[in-house]
Order: sequence, then structure tokens, then C-alpha cells
Amino acid sequence: MGVGDPVGMPMAHVLASGMGGIRTAGDLVARMQLHRKMRLPQAKAYVAEKLRVGIDDLSDVVLMRELREDLDIGVVTAMPGAARGLAAKARIERLLGIEIASVRMLRAKLEAEL
Amino acid sequence: MTTHRIRMGDGRVEARSSDELRADILAGTEDAADRGRIPALTEQERDYLFDLFAFRGRIVGVEPGHEVVLTDDGVAGSLWTDQGDSGVGVPVSREQAIRLFERAFGFDTAELGHPDYSYKPVKPVVANEQQCMESVLLSTIIPVYYGAMPNLATYARPDGPFGNPSDLMPLGRIADARAAQLEAAEACTRDMIYVGKKMAAAGADGLNFDTTASAGDAEFLATLQAIEELAASTHLSIQVGMAAEFVLGMHGEVEFRGERLAGLYPHQQVKLVEKAGASVFGPVVNTNTRKSGPWNVARAVTFVKACSEAASIPIHANVGMGVGGVPMCETPPVDAVTRASAAMVEIGRVDGL
Repeated sequence: MGVGDPVGMPMAHVLASGMGGIRTAGDLVARMQLHRKMRLPQAKAYVAEKLRVGIDDLSDVVLMRELREDLDIGVVTAMPGAARGLAAKARIERLLGIEIASVRMLRAKLEAEL
Repeated sequence: MTTHRIRMGDGRVEARSSDELRADILAGTEDAADRGRIPALTEQERDYLFDLFAFRGRIVGVEPGHEVVLTDDGVAGSLWTDQGDSGVGVPVSREQAIRLFERAFGFDTAELGHPDYSYKPVKPVVANEQQCMESVLLSTIIPVYYGAMPNLATYARPDGPFGNPSDLMPLGRIADARAAQLEAAEACTRDMIYVGKKMAAAGADGLNFDTTASAGDAEFLATLQAIEELAASTHLSIQVGMAAEFVLGMHGEVEFRGERLAGLYPHQQVKLVEKAGASVFGPVVNTNTRKSGPWNVARAVTFVKACSEAASIPIHANVGMGVGGVPMCETPPVDAVTRASAAMVEIGRVDGL
């Protein structure tokens, strides 16, 4: 992206072209680009297969809002009891079959001898 | 006669007839094709751009299902920084700003960055930056990068210890200017590796090299060498965003793996970034303020399309103020930004923005 005031730059791109982050499956597709260097079609296909949805469903906020709650991988609205932060990432790690560094470091702390 | 309301590269509104609009689009793509020795846009692609700019609605977007991943260069900072970064000066912390971008604004990824957004000044305060990164990672779900600029110019006198090529070259001291750049590049690489390893230790998902090669080919070399080391020794996903469409030959002779760096365009830059081990590449195409938005967008997507076709890693085009067809003004108009955004996806075939 780039520089600009919040409405003129990030908001404009979110509305025009963005996947939607944790409103949809944007963070999950991003993870496959970052972790496995997947191009967009490959990353979307991988995530869609793991979620058992169609590729176009990944950016459907209505479908993904419910699915994220069912999978307990973090939802955008504030919901008591829902996984958030590291807890959500730990579940995403398992769902996508990747290793997330911050989750790995938490595991190391939990498993270290007292 | 039908007229179309378009933006110039500096954001001003002007009118164009349909013939003038088509001529601007054709001239823009031909300029990129000529400079980069790459294919111009097809007639069908030019027709898409014409319809995009002729559409009378204020904002436009991609076809549903064509959405792309958004990464950024410290965009959460636009909430709390000052005018120099188009910031709106809201009193929120960096952690709070990133949470807002995740939970309120639908961002796919986030980036943490220091206000003095270069690797060199980060080095002495890196422990603070690590703590902030750890704090962000505790509470966020989206991938989080740490980002800064290589900014080789800060290593030259009077800001740094090395000779300044801009002082040496006018004196005809070309060999000294070249030697100074290589010395500075070595120090710059060391700093980037140092900060990168600290961020890896803090658990960051990735590292962003933003505005790469702003000081030319020696800076590009410094960055490629830092990427090589970090990609080989850490888990970090590395993103490289460029400073311009063309690598300036401030040194003129430096090479990376046998390839001369000066004069490379995006479709050539990405191949070296891939070889170094980066995961995401952000091509930049500079906006010409004297030309129209349609000219600039057509030109930008021509370069980016060639880059996307050449790449094997994800391409996240830069579409901020003054690049990627976006006007050079601190409050980018949403009519212009959404058109550049949609064109980059539908014609530029990017994986993200």
C-alpha cells in the first residue's frame, strides 16, 4: 500500500480491493502468501480447501463470520469466550498446517521446565 | 460531447473528452512499454481502463471474488503520526492503532514501525521495538511485519560516518564516491540483519524493507544481501517494497549474483529479490504529477503486469500517495485511489496491494 490519510488510503483500498482481514479469510490467505510464498490463486485455493468452502466464499463476510465462529479462529466482533490473539493463532496454525513464530514461542514457554 | 471528470497526477480535477481519455490511456501504456521494453496493454485492457475512468460513480472496486491481500508500510501510523506521513494525530499507541486496523478496518496484515522509519535509528532502540512487537503479537490474529527503510543516505556525512557521494561526484571524485557507497552499504546491511534477527527473536511474522533503493543501486545491493542472510537464518517472511520504478545507478557498477543493479525495472528487480529469498515483492511506479490519472494508471499497471507475469512470489504493488497511479497529494481522493486499486488487481494481476 502506501502513504495517505486513513480514509484516502487504507480505507479506500479495503473497500475497493481488500479481502477483509478477520472479517473474512483475508488473514488466512495472507498467511499462505507469507509462510509458503504462494501466489494469490494458489493461496486462496489452499485456504478454501482447508475451510471446505468455495474460493469466492473466502471474501464473503456473512459466510465467513459464521464459519470463523464455528472454527473458533477469531471473529471480528467482540464475543466473550471466542479465541483471540495467540489462542486464535494457535488454532489457525493447526487449521492451515503452518508454524506461527509467536505461537511456537508460547509453546516453548509452556513446555519449559519450572 | 461527453466529458469525463478525471484527476491529474497532483490531484487536480480536469475534464477529458472520450477521445482524449482513450489517448491518455494509450500514451501511458506506450510510455511504460517503451521504457521497460515490455508489452503494452491490449485493446481489451485499455477498454477496461476507459470504462473504469468513464464510470460516473465516485468509487469503484474489483469484481467480487477478485479481492487481494493488503500489506502496508506502517499504515497504522496514519492514525497517530503527523502531517509528514499524512497522519491525523489521534492520541493512540502503536499497539492500539494496529488493533484498530485489524478489528475495525478489515486489514489482512499489519506492520509495526518506529516513527523514525529507518533501520539505522531503530538499532539503538531495538529492545523497545521488540517489546512493542511482543505486545502486539499477544493480542492480534493477523500476520504482523516489522518495517523500516534501508535508507542508505543516512549513512553518509553529515548524518553518518561515510563520504557523501552527492558531495564527491560533483568534484569528479567518482572512485571515492563509489567506495563510500560500498562502505555505507556494508554498514547498512549489518544494521538490517541486526534488527531483523531481533525481530525474529521477538516472534514477528515478517520483515518489510520499505522504499528500497531510494539511494540507488548500492542500497539495493545492501538490502539484497540482508535478505539473503535473514532468509537463510530466520523464519521471517521478507517483503521488499521499492522506492521507484527504476534503480538509479548512483554507483553504476554494483552487481548481485552477476546482475548489474543499475537500470533495472520492476520485472527485472523481482527476479533478484526472489533469488535473495524474499517472500513478497512490492513494485513501485512513480506518478507523474503533470500527466492525468488515466495516463498514470495505464503506465503503472503496464509495468506491474509485466512484473506479475515474471514473478514466482506474490506481488503486492505499491499504491500509496504518488505511486501506482495514485495522485501525489497528502489526502488522496477516493475516486482516484479506488480506480488505481481496481486496475492493479484486474489488469496488473497483483496478489496484493
